Amino acid sequence: MTKNYINWLLFTLATLLLLVITAVFSLTVGEASISIGDLFPVLHSGEGMEYFILTQIRLPRVILAIAVGGSLSLSGAILQGIFRNPLVEPYTLGISGGAAFGVALIIVMGLHLSIGMFMLPAAGFTGAIATVILVSVLGFLRGGTDINKMLLIGVMISFVASSSMMFLMSITTTEYMHGIIFWIMGSLDEPNRGLIQATLYISLAGLMISYLFARSLNALRLGESKASTLGINSKSAIRILFILASLLTGISVSIAGVIGFAGLVIPHLIRILIGSDYRFLLMGSFLGGGIFLILSDVIARTIISPNELPIGVITGMAGGILFIIVLTQLRKTRKYGI
Amino acid sequence: MESEYLKIERMCCGYPGGFHLKEINFALQKGEFAGIIGPNGSGKTTIFRGISGILALRSGSMWLQSTDLSKLKPAMKAQRMAVVSQFPDVANVTVEDYVLMGRIPYREMFQFFESRNDHEIAQKYMQLTGIYEHRNKLMTQLSGGEQQLAAIAQALSQEPELLLLDEPTSHLDISHTVQILNLIQRLNHETSLTVIMIIHDLNLAAEYCDYLVMMDKGEIFTKGTPEEVLNYKNIEDVYKTVVVTQNNPLSGKPAIFLVSENIMREQREKYGGINR
Repeated sequence: MTKNYINWLLFTLATLLLLVITAVFSLTVGEASISIGDLFPVLHSGEGMEYFILTQIRLPRVILAIAVGGSLSLSGAILQGIFRNPLVEPYTLGISGGAAFGVALIIVMGLHLSIGMFMLPAAGFTGAIATVILVSVLGFLRGGTDINKMLLIGVMISFVASSSMMFLMSITTTEYMHGIIFWIMGSLDEPNRGLIQATLYISLAGLMISYLFARSLNALRLGESKASTLGINSKSAIRILFILASLLTGISVSIAGVIGFAGLVIPHLIRILIGSDYRFLLMGSFLGGGIFLILSDVIARTIISPNELPIGVITGMAGGILFIIVLTQLRKTRKYGI
Repeated sequence: MESEYLKIERMCCGYPGGFHLKEINFALQKGEFAGIIGPNGSGKTTIFRGISGILALRSGSMWLQSTDLSKLKPAMKAQRMAVVSQFPDVANVTVEDYVLMGRIPYREMFQFFESRNDHEIAQKYMQLTGIYEHRNKLMTQLSGGEQQLAAIAQALSQEPELLLLDEPTSHLDISHTVQILNLIQRLNHETSLTVIMIIHDLNLAAEYCDYLVMMDKGEIFTKGTPEEVLNYKNIEDVYKTVVVTQNNPLSGKPAIFLVSENIMREQREKYGGINR
């Protein structure tokens, strides 16, 4: 085993441990406080109010937080890598805009009331995927992958989608407008167990697939040309990674709404802490994103308890402030950069 | 010609709506040390981009022994051919990790980390290029010359048969220039590494290369041994600059001298032209 491999194992175990600690901590916090000592007896008892709260409310949220936080932050790391641009995040390419537009359309037409709540994630996913297909077709047109062109197309589609959504909001009732706004601000409150499981499995599969491209991402740090002469099929790697990141984002957005910042800030924080080697960065971003979202959710559901804040409010504020603090404290950090 | 190792036939490639090469033909034998010379913008780097596959060929073919280069899989190609570009692309990685990236073409699909062998090879070439002492520094902290040395170490770590160097010494002082060119020459002799080097310094081209390709306006002006290519007529035709050539007293290779305007004026006044 070489140095990097040992470091990777240690790093992964340490981050995983941190994730488990955060998850356990978040299970104990809430309106009904359950001490860590009581956690396992309650889970074993299989009955009672506390058992219900843990298994039906808090645990699903923790799992969804890991899946969504992990997916978003992994996508961010991947997209920043293929675009070689530190400002790119999962939503830059219009995926969130497309999803939000899809959802807004369903809400305005009242379909979520007549057909069922399941319509919202379905609409979000359709909107997200439609955007991805549009950006890919326009961006990959004629066999080219002009990365900057693709980025601009994504940003423009994002603007068009947001404006269309605002148009829908301006012509609809106040009640529906509220529905749209709340969906956009995001929430980990998802009643469907199957969806939560599927999201978790897909995010883990995404993590594994991303590792097959870790060396491509590492080589792409030196630019497409250099990556090619190092034996990487840059164009196909970029396409596959783009689609992977888009799918992960689309699924996250359709389940949990537009939870901002995790995809931008977490990859940067991990980069500052451990450098830009993607073998570390992919795992670090996934687990770090999970930790970040679990903690944000704890704050969102406790800070004005018994009411709940949209989690997007917390991720934006906490994430932004945390990032500024780290950036100014570690101004002279050696490892910062794509 | 017996056993042509690299054969470029009627190669055309270029940029959409812009500069492109016109029918480049040349062939090299295994273990040859070739140089590509020519003025700025004459298409030297474009040839490299064509050979390395960064630019698709519009027409023509490239053969590495009996293999069609444009059909070779990227990883297989990178095991046989390494490219050092004019301005090394650097990222925030340590010199050691940067050089280790030269081993990427040898990685199996599910092999995420370097083997011990990879480390030994990277260490060997870091020592040979003299950047071993910087191995824990970040690439971005190095000077231009040190980055160039690291890029060469990375390319050598690919253990290629064919090495393409695009102005490998442009950021180096004369001591490092000679050190690197001697290293390449030694590898060329000892391991029959075939080298193609783009180089601006005609004296270095004459001194180190067995074979020169002189480019002008996207096509080959002339090619041959340094003695055949580097005469004052060719140089003045291609570079539009007056030069005087002599031979290096030790190596006997052509040596090129530039002449200032004042001296040219004196020469014209005295002899009615340049008295070679």
